[in-house]
Amino acid sequence: MNLTLKIWRQKDSKSKGQMVDYKVTDISEHMSFLEMMDVLNEQLVNTGEEPVAFDHDCREGICGMCSMYINGEAHGPDRGVTTCQLHMRMFKDGDTITIEPFRAKAFPVIKDLVVDRSSFERIQQAGGFISVNTSGNTQDANAIPISKHAADEAMDAAACIGCGACVATCKNSSAMLFVGAKVSQYALLPQGQVEAADRVLNMVAQMDAEGFGNCTNTGACEIECPKGISLENIARMNREYLSASLKG
Amino acid sequence: MALDSKVPEGPIKDKWTTYKDKINLVNPANKRHIDVIVVGTGLAGGSASATLAELGYNVKAFAYQDSPRRAHSIAAQGGINAAKNYQGDGDSNYRLFYDTVKGGDYRSREANVYRLAEVSANIIDQCVAQGVPFARDYGGLLDNRSFGGVLVSRTFYAKGQTGQQLLLGAYSAMNRQIARGKIEMFNRHEMLDVVIVDGKARGIIARDLVTGEIERHSAHAVVIASGGYGNIYFLSTNAMGSNATAAWKIHKKGAYFANPCYTQIHPTCIPRSGDYQSKLTLMSESLRNDGRIWVPKNLEDVKAIREGRKKPTDLSEDERDYYLERRYPAFGNLVPRDVASRAAKERCDAGYGVNATGEAVYLDFASAITRYGIEQAKIHNISNPSDAKIYELGQKIVEEKYGNLFQMYEKIVDENPYKTPMMIYPAVHYTMGGVWVDYNLMTTIPGCYCIGEANFSDHGANRLGASALMQGLADGYFVLPYTIGDYLANDIRTGKISTDLPEFEAAEKEVSDRINFFINNKGTKSVDYFHKKLGNIMWNKCGMSRNAKNLEEAIKEIAELRAEFWKEVSVPGGDKEFNEELAKAGRVADFLELGELFAKDALNRNESCGGHFREESAEESGPQKGEAKRDDKNYAYVAAWEYKGEPANAVLHKEELKFNDIELKQRSYK
Amino acid sequence: MSGILNSSIARKFAMALSAFFLMFFLLQHFVINVTSIFPNNGATFNKLSHFMGTNALIQYALQPVLIFGVVFHFVMGFVLEIKNNNARAIKYAKNNGAANSTWMSRNMIWTGMAILAFIVLHFIDFWFPEINTKFIQGDWSGMHDGQLRYFHELQEKFVNPARVGAYIVAFVFLALHLLHGFDSAFQSVGANNKYTKGLKTFGKLYAILIPLGFIVIALFHHFNH
Repeated sequence: MNLTLKIWRQKDSKSKGQMVDYKVTDISEHMSFLEMMDVLNEQLVNTGEEPVAFDHDCREGICGMCSMYINGEAHGPDRGVTTCQLHMRMFKDGDTITIEPFRAKAFPVIKDLVVDRSSFERIQQAGGFISVNTSGNTQDANAIPISKHAADEAMDAAACIGCGACVATCKNSSAMLFVGAKVSQYALLPQGQVEAADRVLNMVAQMDAEGFGNCTNTGACEIECPKGISLENIARMNREYLSASLKG
Repeated sequence: MALDSKVPEGPIKDKWTTYKDKINLVNPANKRHIDVIVVGTGLAGGSASATLAELGYNVKAFAYQDSPRRAHSIAAQGGINAAKNYQGDGDSNYRLFYDTVKGGDYRSREANVYRLAEVSANIIDQCVAQGVPFARDYGGLLDNRSFGGVLVSRTFYAKGQTGQQLLLGAYSAMNRQIARGKIEMFNRHEMLDVVIVDGKARGIIARDLVTGEIERHSAHAVVIASGGYGNIYFLSTNAMGSNATAAWKIHKKGAYFANPCYTQIHPTCIPRSGDYQSKLTLMSESLRNDGRIWVPKNLEDVKAIREGRKKPTDLSEDERDYYLERRYPAFGNLVPRDVASRAAKERCDAGYGVNATGEAVYLDFASAITRYGIEQAKIHNISNPSDAKIYELGQKIVEEKYGNLFQMYEKIVDENPYKTPMMIYPAVHYTMGGVWVDYNLMTTIPGCYCIGEANFSDHGANRLGASALMQGLADGYFVLPYTIGDYLANDIRTGKISTDLPEFEAAEKEVSDRINFFINNKGTKSVDYFHKKLGNIMWNKCGMSRNAKNLEEAIKEIAELRAEFWKEVSVPGGDKEFNEELAKAGRVADFLELGELFAKDALNRNESCGGHFREESAEESGPQKGEAKRDDKNYAYVAAWEYKGEPANAVLHKEELKFNDIELKQRSYK
Repeated sequence: MSGILNSSIARKFAMALSAFFLMFFLLQHFVINVTSIFPNNGATFNKLSHFMGTNALIQYALQPVLIFGVVFHFVMGFVLEIKNNNARAIKYAKNNGAANSTWMSRNMIWTGMAILAFIVLHFIDFWFPEINTKFIQGDWSGMHDGQLRYFHELQEKFVNPARVGAYIVAFVFLALHLLHGFDSAFQSVGANNKYTKGLKTFGKLYAILIPLGFIVIALFHHFNH
């Protein structure tokens, strides 16, 4: 199939960017979206132009590196997939596809479609861990039984790949699904209880300091999340936060 | 230099404990004056960084991605082995040790593997304490599953995302240390050389992948944890950015490279669909528990299927060749990875491949669905169930077991695997070979360590399922943090290493010169052009089965390709900016050297062992005819190569492998 | 607790609390208004209105709280909207919001502003005259021409079809606002798990039935004058 691509080009974080039109031809419907981008880039390199920069790595939907806003949706029109798992059969011959970087003040553009998500790193550093040293004599893994239900729910929350689609898709650029997922994972496990109050207060404070917007519960994040992280995690974070605040 | 593995004396069960008791330690007050660089932040690098920082060292960690959480360890699906014996099925450290050595086809170092088995249980304890949500049973205790090649259930898992959860555990431990200021994290940085001062590794040269700045970083020790080199094949299940540059750079500065030809080729991957393909996707090996592998018996049918005139479901049982069941009646579809992969290649090479590229075989669940369906009908007391009912009941069971994999397959291939057989083909997955290290995980460069997939150590010539995660975390959490202290104990009075030393200047110049070459070279071909060509040579001549003629050709062709690369490569853009083509160029340049050494090593090893199959070394007669034949008399050694200017001039050093606790046996799956 | 209103979650929580209060007030207002269509010519309505209008607790305690609640909800709503807008400096060239969220959830600011406009109208119609009568002229009798005046005043207002039309439009916006707002408030205070699924249905019913009821009352008075 033949396609017109409207792609955001921006030389570096300081430059102003703009949308630029490109044409690609003979795209197979079996290609992944990023392989289609590879075709475009090969074409650009061969004509001496700079290829379009985009983040990608594992190309199997788990590393969370790829991050495009395709035709008005994070990771494109398919559900439950990242951009690297999106296939060209979702598009038709002659389509025009608009490709933009994930946009949020807390995700500044580095180049073209590459954004800086280090704000997520700082949120995790503010409390996304359990303080346990590696000693080799930690208590036995089966010493504290954890109900299957809690373990499964914690796993569902922990499935977050940190791609930032929730922020990109949220009309408010809110990071609450991302933070809620991490807070929930630990809140559901006995190992996470000791630091639970400090964790949620510190992570939310960092989230706010990074300039993410506020959640207005539109639910868009849950729909666009490639791993289907549930809104229940945001509700749980709200509860955790309130009870932590009241404890002082 | 003679190779000294530094394996401690004493019975194998006590070696590690006794050794730890006698090793030199660094006192806590001194640790804060010591810097350690860790390159790569996957399971091995991430766990090492966190643990070293907890101990009090100042750690500088480097990742080429934008976060340690993106390292390719994250893609491991199945699980992690540990000799916990929670199931009471007779597991023990010795059994895990035995299975690993045997699975590796007796080409690994006994003492290292035993230590790995010994610390495996600690890994699970540590990860649970970190909040890793392992699967649990209804009683709230940890659940286990069993994996190929072993007789016990010792694999711990977190859904189909065990690697992800373990990595996030190590990442969270790192984050805690970053917040404490004990780890300085350099994301989007790539190490481009190691700096040797007075014979010791004292720093690295790195490039900031965003600004393009070349930076000097000094430390008292350098740890390489940069993963494997599977991307040398261009197409592999590795991440796009996975590369051998860090490992290759230390090799060029004095670290021996061991067994480069040991590659694991995984049998159940989704086949290539065309030339544009950028990477391959693995599906868990567990599929082979219920899927039957076949190709058509007649070439006529193959042709009809390729042209779309026939569907696989049109073929009767008589027209199908279940070649694994035919060749290996005892193990059938459950033969080890290397055997299954080679058998698929054999059929496809003979022209029986079932997709347009001719490189695919069927993995069929129809009989499993029927079997489960009949079983379910009985359970639900349905008498005389219709075929459709049986199918419906059976499909439900298959969906419960493999639903996520079937869904992934359907997303990629756009065919419903419940209705038509899946297509699979082997793909490069893991490299057992790597930088040679001693018992301390130190390379032949003093002060330079190598851990995880990047080193050669524990898996011999073939790795068992669910053992990669175990090794990465064992190295990072429980081995390196002890052994590195033994070396650093001599550095407590060294003080900060200056980056103004002439050695840093020289290394930086070398790096800059190479970057300038790429930017200024007026070539005509893209980096990917060369990478794909290299991949083709590697796959066709150093792939699943190898022979002297092909390997000799490969050596020649790779050398020629490398010469062409340095003349014709074209890199757009500038050096002081985000430039992925430039980064790729450097990585491919290193692959082009490593590839030649790979072929040279494969040529040298005229025996078949594990993932390395030499056509010259197969059983010639008897029931094992055509199967791999190990040659313990001549090749029971680690081939460690020393760099001498060109891969062709590399010098072979042998570390003889002695087996005191395990008897060497031929593997048989007939 | 100090500084709690500076955090995103606390603001969210405050929005939800004021919303709960307003939703409760709305329900109470509705219940009283329903009595105006009772077939007793406004007797019940007059009685209740007089009680509400003259009870000291309601007039001096609850009324200020209500006004504070309304003002807070609006001011905070605007503050959050501005902050949220600032969280994305460059907007998307193409954004397909409809693919993942309801129109209501994305346009709370607009439905809210429509409701604000309505409240202004409503104040001019009822509240300001009421304040004028009671607090400026000092007439707390509630009497006009020898009977309680409230029902009569109500009927007067719904003569003009333009006003009735405006009220109907406003109630449609109110319904849209509540369709997202009800669930959203519960989510904000952390009530979202498998036990709260019933709340969602209740929320939908509330969001549609209450405004619809107000519309019916307005039409009733328009056509039965």
